[in-house]
Amino acid sequence: MIELQALHKAFGKQVVLERVDFEVREGETVALMGPSGTGKSVLLKHIIGLIKPDSGTVIVDGKDVSKLKRRELSEFRSHIGYVFQNGALFDSMNVFENVRLGITDQEKYSDVDYCRQRIAECIRLVNLTPETIEKYPAQLSGGMRKRVGIARAIAGQPKYLLYDEPTSGLDPVNADIIDGLVQRLDHELGVTSVVVTHDVRGAFRVADRLALLSEGRIVMQGTPKEFLASTNPKVKEFLERDFDNPTLAA
Amino acid sequence: MSLLAALGRWVLEGLSHVGRLSYFIVDAARGLSEVRIWWPRMMIEAWNIGAGSLFIVMLISAFAGAVTALQTGYQFTGSIPYYVVGTLVVSSIILELGPVLTALILAGRIGARYAAELGTMRVTEQIDALESLGRSPASHLVIPRVLAGLIMIPALTVLANLSGVLSGWISVKAVLPVTDADFIYGAQYYWRPWDAYYSIIKAFFFAGSITVIACYMGFNTQQGAEGVGRSTTTAVVTSSVLILVLDTVLTRLLLNQ
Repeated sequence: MIELQALHKAFGKQVVLERVDFEVREGETVALMGPSGTGKSVLLKHIIGLIKPDSGTVIVDGKDVSKLKRRELSEFRSHIGYVFQNGALFDSMNVFENVRLGITDQEKYSDVDYCRQRIAECIRLVNLTPETIEKYPAQLSGGMRKRVGIARAIAGQPKYLLYDEPTSGLDPVNADIIDGLVQRLDHELGVTSVVVTHDVRGAFRVADRLALLSEGRIVMQGTPKEFLASTNPKVKEFLERDFDNPTLAA
Repeated sequence: MSLLAALGRWVLEGLSHVGRLSYFIVDAARGLSEVRIWWPRMMIEAWNIGAGSLFIVMLISAFAGAVTALQTGYQFTGSIPYYVVGTLVVSSIILELGPVLTALILAGRIGARYAAELGTMRVTEQIDALESLGRSPASHLVIPRVLAGLIMIPALTVLANLSGVLSGWISVKAVLPVTDADFIYGAQYYWRPWDAYYSIIKAFFFAGSITVIACYMGFNTQQGAEGVGRSTTTAVVTSSVLILVLDTVLTRLLLNQ
């Protein structure tokens, strides 16, 4: 379970998160929505300890992330898969080596046969062909890079998956493929996921619950149905552009 | 008043960098225990530094040796014995020109590359990705680069010294009636083995300043492509200035006792 309590973060004079309370229960997929630049990625980075809060706490499975020591943090991170906005693949390594780095258990990482098998499995799970394994990130399209990023995140069989804008910058067809993939992985792997996105349609498709972050505060948390029924002007304004969408209408 | 405020800000910013750099070094040192991670990467970096820089380092040192020899001959012809040319060429190259020129070239070549590489990795979130995978950026990225520099830059300095002295020897013979025996006599007359150690010690300190500052700047890059450019320039300028400062300080500490 992930719990953020009264989380506050500012960069210089710019307050990015202001006493944010946010909760993700075991096994569910929560989509954190909000316009660009409202601190969604900053919030996600707090969960994995890449950013430390100015005040407030981030509790994951009962552990206060900001108080973990170096080795504890490293061990803690091995249970979390993080999918970066643009893949964040290592340019100097091919897909095989990139995904292999996701195998966080050192014994398994050193076992070449296990790695080959696991990497092939992850590549298949994200709908990439086996030939992709030999390619370098520069030889891949944006959508393929995102999928390799997802393969790397799941390679270590994490308990939690954190997606940072998994569909941003993709055309609608590729965005649909990634949304479908997120949905399928959540069901097949049984992980707890947080999906940061500004794509309302995708969020409604993949999430069990939604949260809307605006101007550093959580405006609303609830199920897709509760969101559609909301009279909160900020929620309505954010959803408005997609109200005609058949997915939402359904 | 605004000048004072600007000066105060500049001093505070400088102190903040010193503090962050110290923390960066301590943090990186913690990764030293992960030998199996940094060792293979260090070997690759060492090969890149050595093979990639050998030609340019030896070429520049050869020209420096030749010019030193020719200018010495020009200035002292008729006033002092010819063998002194050997003394001056060997001393100038080994004590000063070899290590300093090599370091300045490598600050541009290696320092700029490291700062740009790591800066790009920072702005494209590759360093964050490494951390998110529970891996240490220090043992994967910093230690291999710093150790490779600490090994290869002194080695390149030794080769640069040899190249400079040989080139000076050949050049002076072409324009002055100096025999091999004169040159060797002059070279040996004031020679102290400590001079060679001093040259390598300087190169070692220069290597530290080039690699550590480049890695630090790269790691602290912000704001996309512009930030990478800024980090790269700052890394080269800072390490070049530090090389000159260290050169003065080490000369005072190691030679003027």
